[in-house]
Amino acid sequence: MSTPEPDLKNSSPVLREITFSQAVREALAEEMRRDPTVFIIGEDVAEAGTPFKVTLGLVEEFGTERVIDAPISEPGFSGIGVGAAMTGMRPVVDIMFGDFLGLIMDQVANQAAKIHYMSGGKLKVPMVFRTTLGATRRAAAQHSQSLQAWPSHIPGLKVVLPSTPYDAKGLLKTAIRDDNPVVFIEDKLMHQAKGFVPEGEYTQPFGVADIKRSGTDITLVGTSSMVQVALAAAEQLAALGISAEMIDPRTTVPLDRQTLIESAKKTGRVIVLDEGYESYGITAELASVIAEGAFYYLDAPVKRMGALDVPIPFSPSLEDLTVPNPTRVVEMAKTLCGRV
Amino acid sequence: MIEIKPPINLQQVNEQSAQAEYLAIDVEQWLHIYEQMLKIRHFEETVNELYKGARMPGLAHLYSGEEGIAVGVCEALRRDDYITSTHRGHGHCLAKGAQVNRMFAELLGKASGYCKGKGGSMHIADPETGNLGANAIVAGSGGIATGAAFSSKMRKTGQVAVCFFGEGALGQGVLYEVMNMAALWKLPVLYVCENNMYTEYTYYREVMAGSLKSRPEAFGILSEEVDGQDVRKVYTTAMRLVERARRGDGPAFLACNTYRYHGHHVGDINRGYYRAKEEEELWKETHDPINLLANWLQSSRGVQTSILESIDTHVRSEIATGVEFAEEAPFPDPSEVNQDVYA
Repeated sequence: MSTPEPDLKNSSPVLREITFSQAVREALAEEMRRDPTVFIIGEDVAEAGTPFKVTLGLVEEFGTERVIDAPISEPGFSGIGVGAAMTGMRPVVDIMFGDFLGLIMDQVANQAAKIHYMSGGKLKVPMVFRTTLGATRRAAAQHSQSLQAWPSHIPGLKVVLPSTPYDAKGLLKTAIRDDNPVVFIEDKLMHQAKGFVPEGEYTQPFGVADIKRSGTDITLVGTSSMVQVALAAAEQLAALGISAEMIDPRTTVPLDRQTLIESAKKTGRVIVLDEGYESYGITAELASVIAEGAFYYLDAPVKRMGALDVPIPFSPSLEDLTVPNPTRVVEMAKTLCGRV
Repeated sequence: MIEIKPPINLQQVNEQSAQAEYLAIDVEQWLHIYEQMLKIRHFEETVNELYKGARMPGLAHLYSGEEGIAVGVCEALRRDDYITSTHRGHGHCLAKGAQVNRMFAELLGKASGYCKGKGGSMHIADPETGNLGANAIVAGSGGIATGAAFSSKMRKTGQVAVCFFGEGALGQGVLYEVMNMAALWKLPVLYVCENNMYTEYTYYREVMAGSLKSRPEAFGILSEEVDGQDVRKVYTTAMRLVERARRGDGPAFLACNTYRYHGHHVGDINRGYYRAKEEEELWKETHDPINLLANWLQSSRGVQTSILESIDTHVRSEIATGVEFAEEAPFPDPSEVNQDVYA
């Protein structure tokens, strides 16, 4: 339950900072070296290395037989991934934008997620759908959504939302080794962010939240892109004398309910942040888990902060209004703490 | 009154070469094929009785009338070759080697069914016989079958994957996406389109423009069309296309013209608004795949009626034993409800 990074800085034999992209690429390369059944399929994943340049260079090491450029047919190559996973392979399917979940949802939700159960446990689908989330790139309504609530709603899927290079590498390696379909969602704006990652082998377990900052007055739960927003808010709150605890669940399925509930019991006040639409979203589920699990300890209603319930607008002056920011989190926290 | 729809290209192939090909195949193999077709027919008619007698939960989509396709194609496959099936899938599962008793158990939702009762009629999977599962999303297994072929090519196992679907699946875009990739990457996959002329309750020509066969041909996929009621033609054509795929020469598309004797599902009783009773009778009387094979076995292969009758007796007994097994089998334990969600 504790943050692994400080330990790393003290004990890792090789200290180095790499980007989130590099961490993802290392995870892919290490797993492909370790296991010949792992392959990557998607649009422009080979020589182009994807528009985000995450898979750059992998084709040189593993060849076009294992880093496969597919036509612009997301449902088709997702389905091919499902069939390959059922018959002995471990595909990593690259879905460029999370918005394209709309295209592949039958393969994800009706096929991959259900095959193990429908077959009475005889078939399994060990595969990863790597995709992205996040607004404020001025990419408008069809390239900016954060749709992690969709796969999180479907039993049979696991959903991973890494927020640091360290977690991205360790969780992706776990995802590739998992015997279930895993939806692995990266914040597009985080790809160039740097962080400490040890050299060599490590994996991160699913279902273990990370307490990124300890506090006593209020708990800020944040996923993916909202982790930095919450941490920045916590910093500002500290200056106001409000001690905020910050928790990153890291995976929404499985969810580390206990850590969220324990923190809420300790602080009595909670704000839940996720960049998905606020209505019927991740924040609703997390708030409900906390409200049910820590009801008698709460001093205020659990508050949700997600994306505004509108299609993401293009104009910067409008788009920035749709995503929670540290200032708004601080205002909300002050209200909950009776410090207005 | 609704008019009788013309059968599609059902002329019996009687050219010398085809006849010679059929005659060259051992009579024992034809008798095995006959038995498999008969097994499916009796299985399906029994399912209908179970439904009508309220002895089976849910619905089922019966394969009666189309047996020549599943059996003709699956007999051309190795045990470790893959198939994917459809909502009308009992025939494919049996033809690939599934056991009657565990099939019935699955249809009745019993613990000893192929999927522990969790899949039911539309989701029977049996990896031991290469059956990757029936799929209740129309064209839903196009990706799976093509992916299995992709995996077979990567693993260099020489396995071929067969994707069964009805003509209704040709309305789904994903099928064309995977055909494009199968052709590009020369995948060992055979797309078998069972054209029974009705997509649910609609005559297929009312919802399909242009030519059926030219669609896969647009991707450069070898496409053939056969009389699906002539199991001899289906079998010999499938053998050729399967071996071609196994050699690495790429995918093929096999359109089989056929007819569904029952409604879209067992509850589709009053069908007069979309197809004529006379049409159904015509197919049963003149184009029945089992009768056609039986007639040829008797007239051209010297098979005695008594041999065919003994096969019938044997199959009926297997079906009766299977139903008994399934009806006596226990339902799954309640603790099973949340098992197998994750591997």
